[in-house]
Amino acid sequence: MGTMARMSLPLFEVAELTKRYGASTVVNQLSFSIAPGQCLGVIGPNGAGKTTTIRMCLGLTSPDGGRIRYFPAGSAASLSMPQDALAIKAQLGIVSQFDSLDPDFSCAENLLVFGRYFGLKDAVIKERIPRLLEFAALSHKAGAKLAELSGGMKRRLSLARALVNDPQLLLLDEPTTGLDPQARHLMWERLQRLVQQGKSILLTTHFMDEAERLCDRLLVLDHGQKMTEGTPRALIAQNLEPDVVEVYGAGALALLESPLKALAARTEVSGETVFFYTRDAKALLAALSERPELRTLHRPANLEDLFLKLTGRQIREAA
Amino acid sequence: MTRDTDAATTADTAASPAAIHAAASGAPAAGAPARPPALLRPPQISRRWWPVFRRNLLVWRKLAVPSLVGNIAEPLITLVAFGYGIGALVGQVQLSGSPVPYILFLASGSICMSAMNAASFEALYSAFSRMNVQRTWDGIMNAPVRLDDVVFAEMLWAAFKSLFTSTVILGVMLALGISHSPMLLLALPLLGLVGIVFASIALIFNALAKGYDFFTYYFSLFLTPTMFLSGVFFPRDQLPGVMRAISDWLPLTAAVELIRPLFLGQWPAGGARHLAVLAAYGVAAFWVALALTRRRFRN
Repeated sequence: MGTMARMSLPLFEVAELTKRYGASTVVNQLSFSIAPGQCLGVIGPNGAGKTTTIRMCLGLTSPDGGRIRYFPAGSAASLSMPQDALAIKAQLGIVSQFDSLDPDFSCAENLLVFGRYFGLKDAVIKERIPRLLEFAALSHKAGAKLAELSGGMKRRLSLARALVNDPQLLLLDEPTTGLDPQARHLMWERLQRLVQQGKSILLTTHFMDEAERLCDRLLVLDHGQKMTEGTPRALIAQNLEPDVVEVYGAGALALLESPLKALAARTEVSGETVFFYTRDAKALLAALSERPELRTLHRPANLEDLFLKLTGRQIREAA
Repeated sequence: MTRDTDAATTADTAASPAAIHAAASGAPAAGAPARPPALLRPPQISRRWWPVFRRNLLVWRKLAVPSLVGNIAEPLITLVAFGYGIGALVGQVQLSGSPVPYILFLASGSICMSAMNAASFEALYSAFSRMNVQRTWDGIMNAPVRLDDVVFAEMLWAAFKSLFTSTVILGVMLALGISHSPMLLLALPLLGLVGIVFASIALIFNALAKGYDFFTYYFSLFLTPTMFLSGVFFPRDQLPGVMRAISDWLPLTAAVELIRPLFLGQWPAGGARHLAVLAAYGVAAFWVALALTRRRFRN
């Protein structure tokens, strides 16, 4: 096997992964792989199985079926979860949905203490700490207690902590949930930098702009099953008409009973808003211009449309 | 080329040591992963318990002085109030036929009780905070550290804190001149063992707890009766028959029976039996605590 061939091999591979709790199957025959330097996004509604999948990838939850394998760089042999959990975790960086930072420690101490869990020598960790803090834009907070940090700073410290062992693959479970736009953009910029450095990322998110911006490939998960997988652009092109016209205001819903409906390839309703999906919006917009009481928004189809088409508009609030 | 479904069968991997390792680790066939391992399997302890212990040590170093005051003030107040107060009324107690000053009787029992309480507090309230509230354990297990190592480190940590408390209290007792027996040096490793036993028992309840309230039951239904049945405050011969029989098998009784004679400059009678009782409690409790904690974290 040549070097070129080896480079195309995945770093991480999940095959036919299944997890059941009692009668309900929360992850069903899920397969995906991540190549070196690639960012794979997993999107899906609450309860779709994203966090369970990540927990199985970490060996924290035992699957009822399937395989999880890690292929260390430069070695053709694979490591399997859960037997080789410790060897795999030595290569992983994890940012979980909820911060598990140590409130009793400063930023620098959090990194030092976490590095020790990997068996790293203090000298090695201390040499890495300034770079990690700089990466997290926290150099000025090295000695600050956790209580002094904002939500965005804590998430970035969690990310820096996940990098202390210089991992090949990062598993990020909703890394920007709860952050303000500024903090989110800084996080995105750092994650893009990591991908440029050749790190692989598995990311779950609820934010479609985040998924589109960061991910080379996206996997849409619902009810534990893969709905589709591909590049963000290709997924939109394959599944959606390119143009969307949103119409809302008094009488918008009545449009569905009117001849206007025939001008769209597909329509959807959410609350008081009607969504017209079409390949050519001109005729529709011309017809709508005669109805000034209605407010219209014409835009290209995006990932959010795709997500809602595949997973429905039903609110998922069940625990 | 695409990856072969079984890496170990490809020509270039068959000879690599890593491939042999992967094969030896028993990778199961696709679709049939190993059954989850048994909860009662033996503890799998590696050297990674040490960074977990060190983490707790680093937190404690920052809070050592205030926590020390809290840890030793109460036992010393008990000693002074009961020892000198009741001691003045009681004077001496008969221990195996010979009279012993009450303050000496009480000091030798209450240091065991302090070791028990210190280990219990740490392995209940503090461990539960780290496990459930701060999610410290979850963070640790994102790194290559097993749950077994975390539980082992927490147990040793609670025992260490207990031993630290015992050492300070013993120092104060020496300063008060309650006993000067050189055999007290032997009391320290024994008090360390007492810490291990009660830390392990407490971790069972930590694994079962849904919240802090649960620990009140443990203190009022187990530790408080234990305190009164183990000969800390009064000789066990005064106990009625059934109580006496229960008392014979309590871990705190074994601790008091081992440590009290050292205060009197004597060798404990039946020391091997008491050591065996403590060791049995320690091993069994840690094993059960680990199994229950594994169950808690398995989902």
